[in-house]
Amino acid sequence: MAIASEWPRISALGTDGFLVTFADRLNEPANRAALAFRHALDREGWSAVEETSTSLVSAYLRFDPRGSSHAEIRENLAHLLSRENWLDAPLPQGRRLWRVPAVFGTEMAPQLEEAAQAAGLTPKEAIASLTRSPVRVQTIGFAPGQPYLGELPPAWDIPRQSKLTSQVPAGALAVAIRQLVLFPVPAPTGWRHVAQTCFQLFHPDTDEPFVLRPGDELQVESVGAETLERMKADPNGGARAEAIR
Amino acid sequence: MTRTLTVKRAGPGVTVQDLGRPGHLAGGLSRGGAADRLALAEGAALLGQDAGTAALEMAGAGGEFEASEDMRIALTGAPMRASLDGTPLVWDASHLLPRGGRLKIGGCEAGCYGYLHLGGGVATDPLLGSRSAHLGTGLGRALQSGDRLPVGADPGLRGTGQRLDPAARCEGGTLRVVAGPQTGLFTPEQIRAFENSTFRRDVRGNRMGMRLISDAAELKPGGGLTVVSEVIVPGDIQITGDGSPFVLLSECQTTGGYPRIGSVLPADLPLAAQARPGTAFRFQFVTMEEAMQIEHLEQERRQKLSKSLRPLLRDPRAMFNLLSYQLISGATSGDDLERENR
Repeated sequence: MAIASEWPRISALGTDGFLVTFADRLNEPANRAALAFRHALDREGWSAVEETSTSLVSAYLRFDPRGSSHAEIRENLAHLLSRENWLDAPLPQGRRLWRVPAVFGTEMAPQLEEAAQAAGLTPKEAIASLTRSPVRVQTIGFAPGQPYLGELPPAWDIPRQSKLTSQVPAGALAVAIRQLVLFPVPAPTGWRHVAQTCFQLFHPDTDEPFVLRPGDELQVESVGAETLERMKADPNGGARAEAIR
Repeated sequence: MTRTLTVKRAGPGVTVQDLGRPGHLAGGLSRGGAADRLALAEGAALLGQDAGTAALEMAGAGGEFEASEDMRIALTGAPMRASLDGTPLVWDASHLLPRGGRLKIGGCEAGCYGYLHLGGGVATDPLLGSRSAHLGTGLGRALQSGDRLPVGADPGLRGTGQRLDPAARCEGGTLRVVAGPQTGLFTPEQIRAFENSTFRRDVRGNRMGMRLISDAAELKPGGGLTVVSEVIVPGDIQITGDGSPFVLLSECQTTGGYPRIGSVLPADLPLAAQARPGTAFRFQFVTMEEAMQIEHLEQERRQKLSKSLRPLLRDPRAMFNLLSYQLISGATSGDDLERENR
């Protein structure tokens, strides 16, 4: 099996992209490294580069092969990688803490009990565990503005369901593999739906269409259904942001 | 007065599409845009306009349309039965759609996605830099009867009554592939099986991607390997839990955790997008150098499409089915002067 043992690793992706991967599994330093490396790529401003992005532990770059060859981009990436130890990079600047009201369980989020049981907790313990401390946006992806949040306590290392839930609504908070996902649009999912928010994460008609950024943190707050109902008129669904210093 | 195209009736999968919204991967929004980019280029060549001009993409079936004033149109992609006031229209050609004339576009005769291009292009308000509907994320929607689409001003440089010979792409064939970040997770035997098997398109497929099935290849990556979710792009070939390849298309998500055996070259993606269930494919790895050469030639070919146009009426003696042609296309609709004087 030809798995490179050395990280980070540079690989071509498609005919016009590269991935720079910092680990073979999710961990906090690799997540920070991916974010910091993408930021550095943006600062470099190589002329052929058309887009950069990150996922959990890798940075992505798309370029115009008419502007630079694969060999040139690969060499530039290797050079940039060697410039510092990216695993020691700090988290991005301008991070925010969002306090997000959510209704746990009830018919609005019908899988709380099932998820709690999978984690070996009572529903009450599950709510306490998920609201005790903030979770960090590790990446935005899959759907517009959709955050992957973590890392949850070890009890939450529960698998995704083998059978998909045919659809969870926008604002659904779902759990699996020590992560939470907050859904910006209705979607089928294998993650268990434990709480419901009315936080709108995608505003396509504005200059800042994606509300959350990697590195932001979310503190989920358990509220009653009436409280959440009152927050529906607010696009942020009652979520408040403060700067993290 | 604004030029409009009224949708009198629409199939379930008629949407406005252009080249999509590049640049939002970091926000979780994939580029999207027309499933068959070559068909967009062909329509643009027929009407002499930019390849990014928005057109109507018709999945499986078209609909009925009426123009508020005379418009140039072009039909490309999957061939569909089309007629203007009952007279059949040639596919892969440009025509005049006169004001009030009834354009009917039926089901696909081959392939999946047909395109109706308008001189001046569909001029709906762009959202995040594109007019493309991206249904999975709630951007835009499928067209419905009663919709009135604004159409841009048309300098009409190339007239109508032209045709081109489309590159065949509705019958499957060989998809050329470059290696990617996870190709090394597959054994040499699996790579050989991947290249030496015939795959057929499954019934499961849409603008996000298509599943392929084969009884020959055993492609499940071994060792219980899990891949951390990372950026995915159209063309990527994910090997799903049961060993079936899933080829990602225009409207795929932005990240995914299935191991990818490689990526289909953009030049070959129209073949994948236009495949109907049952269509047969083979995969062939090429080096990145070969891929660059193939892409370069394909881009050059697309840029020169307008040079390959020929008149629809060039030589009636060579047209064995003369009566099926729309002979007034390329001329005026005959009553233009009367209308202007009205």
